[in-house]
Amino acid sequence: MNEREHLIDLVDIEKTFGTSTVLSNINLFIRRNEFLTLLGPSGCGKTTTLRIIGGFERPTRGDVIFDGKSILNLPPYKRQVNTVFQKYALFPNMNVAENIAFGLKIKKADSRYIKRRIEEMLKLVNLSGYDKRQVTSLSGGQQQRVAIARALVNEPSVLLLDEPLGALDLKLRKEMQMELKNMQKKLGITFIYVTHDQEEALTMSDTICVMNAGVIQQMGRPEDIYNEPQNVFVAKFIGENNILDGVMRDDFWVEFAGKNFVCVDKGFARDEAVDIVIRPEDIAIVAPGGDNLAGVVRNVTFKGVHYEMLIESAGFVWKAHSTVMSQSGQEVGMRIAPDLIHVMRKSEYSFIDALPETLVERAGLSNAERGVYTMPVGVAASSATH
Amino acid sequence: MKTRYLSLPYLIWALVFIIIPIGLVVYYSLTVEVDGKLIFSWANYKQALTPSYLLALWRSIWLAFVCTVICFALGYPIAYIMASREYASKGFLLFLFLVPMWMNFLLRTYSWLSILERNGFINSLLRLLSLPEARILYTDKAVVLGMVYNFLPFMILPIHTVMKKMDSSIIEAAQDLGANGRTVFLRVVFPLSIPGVVSGVTMVFMPSVTTFIISKLLGGAQFMLIGNMIERQFTESRNWNLGSAVSVMLMVLILTSIAIFTVVDKDGEGGALF
Repeated sequence: MNEREHLIDLVDIEKTFGTSTVLSNINLFIRRNEFLTLLGPSGCGKTTTLRIIGGFERPTRGDVIFDGKSILNLPPYKRQVNTVFQKYALFPNMNVAENIAFGLKIKKADSRYIKRRIEEMLKLVNLSGYDKRQVTSLSGGQQQRVAIARALVNEPSVLLLDEPLGALDLKLRKEMQMELKNMQKKLGITFIYVTHDQEEALTMSDTICVMNAGVIQQMGRPEDIYNEPQNVFVAKFIGENNILDGVMRDDFWVEFAGKNFVCVDKGFARDEAVDIVIRPEDIAIVAPGGDNLAGVVRNVTFKGVHYEMLIESAGFVWKAHSTVMSQSGQEVGMRIAPDLIHVMRKSEYSFIDALPETLVERAGLSNAERGVYTMPVGVAASSATH
Repeated sequence: MKTRYLSLPYLIWALVFIIIPIGLVVYYSLTVEVDGKLIFSWANYKQALTPSYLLALWRSIWLAFVCTVICFALGYPIAYIMASREYASKGFLLFLFLVPMWMNFLLRTYSWLSILERNGFINSLLRLLSLPEARILYTDKAVVLGMVYNFLPFMILPIHTVMKKMDSSIIEAAQDLGANGRTVFLRVVFPLSIPGVVSGVTMVFMPSVTTFIISKLLGGAQFMLIGNMIERQFTESRNWNLGSAVSVMLMVLILTSIAIFTVVDKDGEGGALF
């Protein structure tokens, strides 16, 4: 067994359209049978990356290595990858069976074999008996299944999926997420999946590659991305967060929100300015007083599993989750365990209070959902310059 | 209720300018004038079915067919190229093809007269190159040329529109599934462009089969297409009844051919004509 671990390698990919750089310095590898997700807001270059792998775009610079060989000069129809397009892109002049058979017919496969494969595929995507239906008469979810079947019937080494569930409603999307993940495990095919939905990415992926502005921000297992975001952008994009300025006083000792905290991070310069990221669910609401951060509850929203509270403390509004309800106006204390304080080096994203509005809107998310709060300038400055 | 009132002017328009005139044509075709009175008769149809009329009809259909085929052969690639990604932003090219349409149809046809005539542009050029003169004017070729020139935009436009609307991801999907350029065209692009082709063919064939100006100017006075036969009955011969009968015959022929086309193109846009 001398199989290469990396099935696809993108090497120093750069892509420019006219004067605008869409991708720069993209280096990533995709392992065999891996479910890799390219995650990022609209316009971050994730779809362009996918199209470069599919052969629909040529990178301005860099190389695409497939199983050890460059496929840069191979046209799409000669690549061992198949794509599920964002808008399904089914052939409207063909019925379901003809759509699925398209790839096999081009390969001049035996007609009995084609028939058998169509049946297998329809069974796989739960559409048995739909073979003679016109694709235009199908619902969005059904069309998507046909698109997946049409791609998978060719037994590609890699399946590329470009926001395939974007047009489906929430319930159907959740179902399809499970189905896709199951299919991927069952068939043992490498999936490269593009989405702007961080929850989808966390649910399905073996590896997530977070992108923004044409640059890879972080790559890793979903747990790592969630628990140890490398910069403020990743922290903001993956789930809700409280983000504060802090100063690393010494190893395992950080100061923010006007207090000193014990943390688990080390290796920073003395008094280095850092970003502090604390997840709402990591804040324990306790009685006021003592060494805890003191704050006043400003707003309480019931979210089903927990209450979401906005707690004002020394001019900063914290977002905290708790299963115990507090009253608006109530004074509370907040405690954060040392290992739940995420300390990050300052990056180009540190000084952006929120994701650019347009990106957030295009990603279909509001600032409130992202849990991004604007920190009063005074507080930010004071904690950083102490 | 409101829309019904809004549609009233159009209904009146249709009645006055379409339905009543057609009724009159049918009425005239079924009558002959005897002592200033119109009486019912099949005589006009009997005459319309005599060899000279049938020959003109056959000739009209044949030339219109040739013109449609040429327009398709020229227009399809033009429409395809102009809708392609490299030219999509260059509306100028399409504009060039449409500019002649803004000029009067008669003027444009007259200009061919001076190009094709004995001492016209083409023959001067041939003489300059010491080549034998070509007699083009007053032949079938000149008539077909005039038709193609005048009706080509009607072929290009509908095909171009369909091509433009075609989702590029469908083409990419075909490539993705292993289809090379030729297969993509034959299996996906062409089948999806058929509605445009049907519209284009209809829009070129119908005016070609009924034209009488082009045949009169470029075919000469003796050149008889069915349109010229009808025109002559309404002008020189002043036999409106016979003219009407030939018109009705032609109308039935055209409607039948569109009906056949519509059946062939089940769900296409050409059917919108029916």
